Amino acid sequence: MPPPGRRRARTGVDRRTGVDGSRRRLLWQGGAVFGGLLLGGCDGLTESPSVTRVLESAERLNYATQRLLLGRHSLAREFTEADLSPVFRSNGTSRPGTEEYQRLMAGGFTEWRLAVGGLVANPMQLTLDSLRAMPARTQITRHDCVEGWSAIGRWTGVPLATILRSARMLPSARFIVFHCADQLERGAPYYESIDLDDAFHPQTILAYDLNGRALPVANGAPLRLRVERQLGYKQAKYLMGLEAVERFDTIRGGKGGFWEDRGYAWYAGI
Amino acid sequence: MTAPISIYRHSLATRLMHWLNALCLFLVLMSGLQIFNADPQLYWGSYGANTDPAAFAIGGFPHWATLPGERDLATGRRIHFFFAWLLVVNSTAFFAVSFASGHVRRDLLPSRAEIAPKHVLHDIGEHLRLRFPRGEAARHYNVLQKLAYLGVLFILGPLILATGLTMSPAMDAAFPWLLNLFGGRQSARTLHFIAAALVVLFIIVHLAMVLLAGPVRELRSMITGRYVLPPADTTAVDAAAVDAATGRAD
Repeated sequence: MPPPGRRRARTGVDRRTGVDGSRRRLLWQGGAVFGGLLLGGCDGLTESPSVTRVLESAERLNYATQRLLLGRHSLAREFTEADLSPVFRSNGTSRPGTEEYQRLMAGGFTEWRLAVGGLVANPMQLTLDSLRAMPARTQITRHDCVEGWSAIGRWTGVPLATILRSARMLPSARFIVFHCADQLERGAPYYESIDLDDAFHPQTILAYDLNGRALPVANGAPLRLRVERQLGYKQAKYLMGLEAVERFDTIRGGKGGFWEDRGYAWYAGI
Repeated sequence: MTAPISIYRHSLATRLMHWLNALCLFLVLMSGLQIFNADPQLYWGSYGANTDPAAFAIGGFPHWATLPGERDLATGRRIHFFFAWLLVVNSTAFFAVSFASGHVRRDLLPSRAEIAPKHVLHDIGEHLRLRFPRGEAARHYNVLQKLAYLGVLFILGPLILATGLTMSPAMDAAFPWLLNLFGGRQSARTLHFIAAALVVLFIIVHLAMVLLAGPVRELRSMITGRYVLPPADTTAVDAAAVDAATGRAD
């Protein structure tokens, strides 16, 4: 406790600091305005397209930096049977409601075909049996949802590279777009896209088995994408077709995916 | 009445980086809570989802604490990554400038005498009684201040960055040792949250100390760089100290 004589005067010039009352008030007012702007103005700011563009620069920086650090062939960690999640959580659509999907599901997916098209010399229609007959890869990997949770599952499927090679992808292709049967919003089918680094990555597979059994409907039957160095929303379920493209800005919302069209980053390595 | 002793405490670089740091921290912390609210449970190990046992079930933070102030994970992530990058750039600049200028060694590293348990305990006792250094004793940071700053700069900061990167599936592929270091992605997420909570604790104590030690004096020193020492309790002021203070900048 300072002696009474040293107590700061309430008004007028403070002898020790030389700050007078009005300047001090100004300081506090300035702070209050700044704080208010920050708290109240942020939501308004984040809705502005130009602010969004600036903030999105960090997402492009994530992509550039991670591509630089990753190299083309670094592998996601593969786990053992002992590490498997007791229950592999399903998320998003748990059972597509379209008539077409219902019909395919009722028929045990024997009528289902994967359409491989776009910038390829040899478009294909692949049955589930023909996919199962191709050389397969099995991997126990961690699925990381953008929400924060993780689940470890054992996936078996065909490397996407195998399919792209037999379809003879054209040199102009730069991305692979995945078309899906599920609609999280009416009239807006799920879709996704990845670059060729990921498309030809050894762990990028089209999976038809989860934990040694046919992929359950909740997890994307009959076929889903596994692109192990990215987050969950890139792992498109209920695959109906894939398309090699030069650009994806003309497809649906133009951002390269269902969630991307709703504000999420196209590159989901983090 | 003796003349107040004023010293030049914070370089322009330190001041600019301090305020940029404050802005970034504020925004990454609030956007971090937005991201956390998307799955407001923490797990330990490699995996963890709704049906798995949670290490902590927190139940989500109120909207006033999150950025944006409504459920919007996509925007929350965008803000988080942008200001996390800015924070990394700013921190790198701070370390470069502060090591080069001797700020870390001269102002932040405690001396051997200062970290003697007896001295630290004495300072803790004084702080608990809200008795803070005055006069010449306030010319330099006290040992608790030094340890708090060093802990945030050299332990919590790097820990937050490393655990944040461990949550990235791509970074885990590039640097698998991150997973070994933190015991899995979900452990890293939990540690990221705990470290962030400790930063919030630091900020609360930091702001409380600013208020208790004289908000005008403290704020002004971080704006103009000049710090007016709180006058010593004795009226006799060391003439040499006055000369030193008025003659040249510290």
